[in-house]
Amino acid sequence: MTKNNLVMELKNFSFTYAGATKPSLKKINLPIEENKITAMIGPSGCGKSTLLRSMNRIHDLYPGNSYEGKINLYRADGSKQNILDLKKENDFIRLRQEVGMIFQKPTPFPMSIFDNVAYGLRLAGIKNRSELEGRVEKALKGAAIWDETKERLGESALGMSGGQQQRLCIARAVALKPRVLLFDEPTSALDPISTGAIEELIAEIKSEVSVVIVTHNMQQASRLSDYTAFMYLGDLAEFDKTEKIFLNPKEKLTEDYITGRFG
Amino acid sequence: MGGKLFRNFSFFSATLSFFILVGIFAILFHYAQESMHTFGFDFLWTEQWEPGEDDEGGIFGGYIPIVGTLLSTIIAMVIATPLAMGIAIFLTEIASVTVAKPVSIAIELLAAIPSIIYGMWGLFYFAPVVQSIFGGNGVGLLTAGIVLAIMIVPFMAAITRDSMNTTPSVLKESAYAMGATKFEVIKDVIMPYSKGGIIGSIILALGRALGETMAVAFLIGSVMHTVGKVTDPTTSIPVLLANNFAEAEDLEMSSMYFLALILFVVSFIIISSAKFYFLGRKVK
Ligand SMILES: Nc1ncnc2c1ncn2[C@@H]1O[C@H](COP(=O)(O)OP(=O)(O)OP(=O)(O)O)[C@@H](O)[C@H]1O
Ligand SMILES: [Mg+2]
Repeated sequence: MTKNNLVMELKNFSFTYAGATKPSLKKINLPIEENKITAMIGPSGCGKSTLLRSMNRIHDLYPGNSYEGKINLYRADGSKQNILDLKKENDFIRLRQEVGMIFQKPTPFPMSIFDNVAYGLRLAGIKNRSELEGRVEKALKGAAIWDETKERLGESALGMSGGQQQRLCIARAVALKPRVLLFDEPTSALDPISTGAIEELIAEIKSEVSVVIVTHNMQQASRLSDYTAFMYLGDLAEFDKTEKIFLNPKEKLTEDYITGRFG
Repeated sequence: MGGKLFRNFSFFSATLSFFILVGIFAILFHYAQESMHTFGFDFLWTEQWEPGEDDEGGIFGGYIPIVGTLLSTIIAMVIATPLAMGIAIFLTEIASVTVAKPVSIAIELLAAIPSIIYGMWGLFYFAPVVQSIFGGNGVGLLTAGIVLAIMIVPFMAAITRDSMNTTPSVLKESAYAMGATKFEVIKDVIMPYSKGGIIGSIILALGRALGETMAVAFLIGSVMHTVGKVTDPTTSIPVLLANNFAEAEDLEMSSMYFLALILFVVSFIIISSAKFYFLGRKVK
């Protein structure tokens, strides 16, 4: 793997929550390759969400957490930035426009379907109505809910089903054309059919955006991802190509976990 | 068995509140009859409140207390609403826990102070301040309105804060994750999400301001005087009722029931229209 096709890279990254005595993440080294899907697996409490939430610095909404090491973001123009150096609100905003996030439960805003998708675009300063309409339509098509929503764009997003809401949230994030999308167990609150639709969608959007996905579902990780990171008690226990992790892991711990012997 | 009993009980409690409402209306309406027949709609525009010789007859009109009630309430709401919103936003989104906690407690304590204390404080300490800034003689519409505002702010702020606190943190996080600023999250997520609670707090505060007697009785001047300037003394419906109830007879008493009925209807209309207007509107 050369540096050229990385979109993010964590180097000796440690994270300690405010008030905690021990770090929740210990010296993590993890490359995130561009236009690939990287899955993060591991038992509950091992630090998957903590890691994901470091990558767009959403942790910084709460005071007192501490970081060590580096998280580099490689921009399209070839420049590189350690996102742990960011301090100003404007820098965070720019980072979060480049590194989007989808949560476990769908989080539609209390506004119409159209406004939900247009929200980030408007924040980014796009005011022109026809441009907004074009990009909203494109995003909804990209998230495969255009057919279900085109007749009701003016209705509240809160009236949609859970699966539709989650796809709306993905559309909303995709509309901003981020470089990376972080998914924290995006399907664990959904039924199998909606889950299938979301998985299909993630597989499709990877041509445009790099994906990091946390999941407890081993089939999902193996079906979907190109790389898999297995985390254990705040350490990155093993990281490799997904086939390698699932067919021939180096660590006994990884094998035990993916075969369901613990976790 | 138990379920049925419980259902009947809750049905009973729910209908009881409805019957109390209707019952109060019926009684006010009944006792107001004499005055309604004598004065009709002119009651609303008449500025006199003059008992006749030997307590027979007389001319009674509600214009002054009605206007006094509405204006003091409007002044109070105009001052209190933005202040309360600001405090609630500060407490939920801006202040650190170490600041928010003591301020929250102080606000809850302020909300619990009986209104007569606000009235006394307002009369002795606040009225002179109003006088030195705005002129007039201290007591009057403006002083009453401002002290009413001070009274309802803590209460509005506390309810608004509680409802803002119910905004799920993932919802706020997902707005931040879209690149929103703190201000945008407050405006686009927290305010719409807690709209119901905010409107509720405004409605409750409105009801309280409309019906407040003790604090206003100290501060409004309690004279039958048509206001020309905001600093003029005047009176309000609850204050007039409280002051005159003991001596009033016959037509004056009936006129007071008429006033009470008007207050009842006005509160009812304001509150239910606020409710329907704001809560009935769907997010577009
Ligand atoms: N806000 C917080 N403050 C302090 N410690 C926290 C906080 N959030 C999580 N932790 C701790 O950090 C560790 C990692 O938690 P994290 O939520 O990242 O786990 P996870 O791998 O996402 O688990 P799950 O699969 O259950 O979602 C846990 O030990 C947890 O107790
Ligand atoms: Mg988690």
